[in-house]
Amino acid sequence: MKQIASFFRKFLKGFGSISRIVWKQIKGPMKYFYLGLMILFLYLPIIYLIIYSFNVFPANRRGVISYKNLGKWNGFTFDNYGKVFTNKTKEAVLLTLEIAFASSIVATILGTAAAIGIMLMKKRTRTAVLSVSQLPMVNPDLVTGITFMMLFEFVSMLLAKLGGARVNDFLRLMIAHISFSVPYVIFSVTPRLKQSSDMLYEAALDLGCSPLKALWKAVIPDIMPGITSGFIMALTMSLDDFVVSYFATDKLQTLSVLIYADTAHGNIGVNPALATIIFIPLVAMLVGVNVRRLAKEREYEIQNKKVKMKKV
Amino acid sequence: MKRKFFAYPYIVWMILFIAVPMLFIFYYAFNVDGTWTTERFLSTISDKDTWSVLWRSIVMAFETTAICLLLGYPIAYILSNMKKSVAGFISILFFVPMWMNFVLRTYAWSAIIEYAIPDLFHVENTLTDLPGGKTIAVLLVMVYDFLPFMIMPLYNTLSKMDKSLIEASRDLGADGLTTFLRVVLPLSVPGIVSGITMVFVPSITAFTVPELIGNGDYSLYGNKIEQAFKSGNISGYSVGSTLSIVLLILVIISTVIMNRFDKDKEGGSIL
Repeated sequence: MKQIASFFRKFLKGFGSISRIVWKQIKGPMKYFYLGLMILFLYLPIIYLIIYSFNVFPANRRGVISYKNLGKWNGFTFDNYGKVFTNKTKEAVLLTLEIAFASSIVATILGTAAAIGIMLMKKRTRTAVLSVSQLPMVNPDLVTGITFMMLFEFVSMLLAKLGGARVNDFLRLMIAHISFSVPYVIFSVTPRLKQSSDMLYEAALDLGCSPLKALWKAVIPDIMPGITSGFIMALTMSLDDFVVSYFATDKLQTLSVLIYADTAHGNIGVNPALATIIFIPLVAMLVGVNVRRLAKEREYEIQNKKVKMKKV
Repeated sequence: MKRKFFAYPYIVWMILFIAVPMLFIFYYAFNVDGTWTTERFLSTISDKDTWSVLWRSIVMAFETTAICLLLGYPIAYILSNMKKSVAGFISILFFVPMWMNFVLRTYAWSAIIEYAIPDLFHVENTLTDLPGGKTIAVLLVMVYDFLPFMIMPLYNTLSKMDKSLIEASRDLGADGLTTFLRVVLPLSVPGIVSGITMVFVPSITAFTVPELIGNGDYSLYGNKIEQAFKSGNISGYSVGSTLSIVLLILVIISTVIMNRFDKDKEGGSIL
């Protein structure tokens, strides 16, 4: 029995060392293989849509083109790109962009001002305000969306009793988008404010600035990176949102809501050319940002080398 | 003028559009045609169907989170060990899909499952036709949608980690596995925690994926809430609100559990 156990142990040991050697050999390539596989997984649906954006989609008897069948290859064409901007899609894209920029600008102003004010509050009030601000971040989108739906319907009901109109859709979307993005601005500005010294403001006052001018000339430039990243976050959240808009809006459709309406419940589907049109500028932008960053890093490296060489 | 006043416009906004809307959930759950009653509330939560769908959604959310963690941790770990400039570029590759319209990506998956896979493997039945296949299909797409949200916090924590700790551990005689289990893993707990919160809660409430992938006849908890509110009558509001209260309790519980694990949390926290 003992012999068997010791043999088994030896065997395991041997196996362990062999597997360790094998592992060392394949570790490097395995890593890249795994990363590649995961990148492929993440891009698969996007690539799929882009390929099928060159497919011929036949119209039915009533002349309506159904993009539903994304499995049958009928031939190569650029036609889908000509047909992608129907009136409905054009309106949805414009609305999405308008809402995204307008709501992020308002949210950034509101949030930055709030962050400056909150920092000077007593600890208890500050904690209370920050806690409530976290609600939209912690709450599921679905709950945020339905609460807006109920609020707007309730207000519309009251207005109807007073003989007024329903709450305007554009206003609904603006309010909803500003509300869910302000907290992100606040939470990206406050860390910057904590780093920045209040002396800066005091010094500006001592040097004869009015309080507002001191804020504008001394504090704001110092926390600018926080404001910018808050703005970008708000913009991303707004562009990407589906759930909240879906519940908040009544008839107007943002792009996500339009896509959902066209695809859910066995509808006609979406022109896959839309995917390319969204994807290409996105990639161009991100590559642009990245190339600039890489160039900066490279410059930094070269300068570092020069400094080192001088020291030597 | 005091600078404190700068916060006042936001505080008014916060009360009107963040705090008050939340109260409507409780209003519609307990108020029927102007009278306060718990009847609707009780009849909704005593419905067996509610709990079976909720249970299915929780299981689904658990599986999604676990698979995302298993797939995402190695990615974040590999990226954090790469040269910084290379890692920066590759990590961007992982986050680009997040910016692409998520309804569109989900729609593409439904097409892949419906048409591409059967065509490629020459099978008659699609995955969603098989018994239990819909669950697998929904799980696959949920993992796909939430994977970047798991990678991001993990990558942030792992790449900030002091690499000399790993060297120290190796110098003190620990092998690779021990170093990983005793040094790297414990230090990455904050990333794991925020990754789990970023995946678990949204995946309980996901209604787009089951709707698009299941072709309308697979529903999770989020679908029940969505259907209640989009039904267009006021009784739907009370059912939906009740379901939302149950959901909020669940979210609070999971947040409390998660906060336990996350010791160094900044800022104000709700609980």
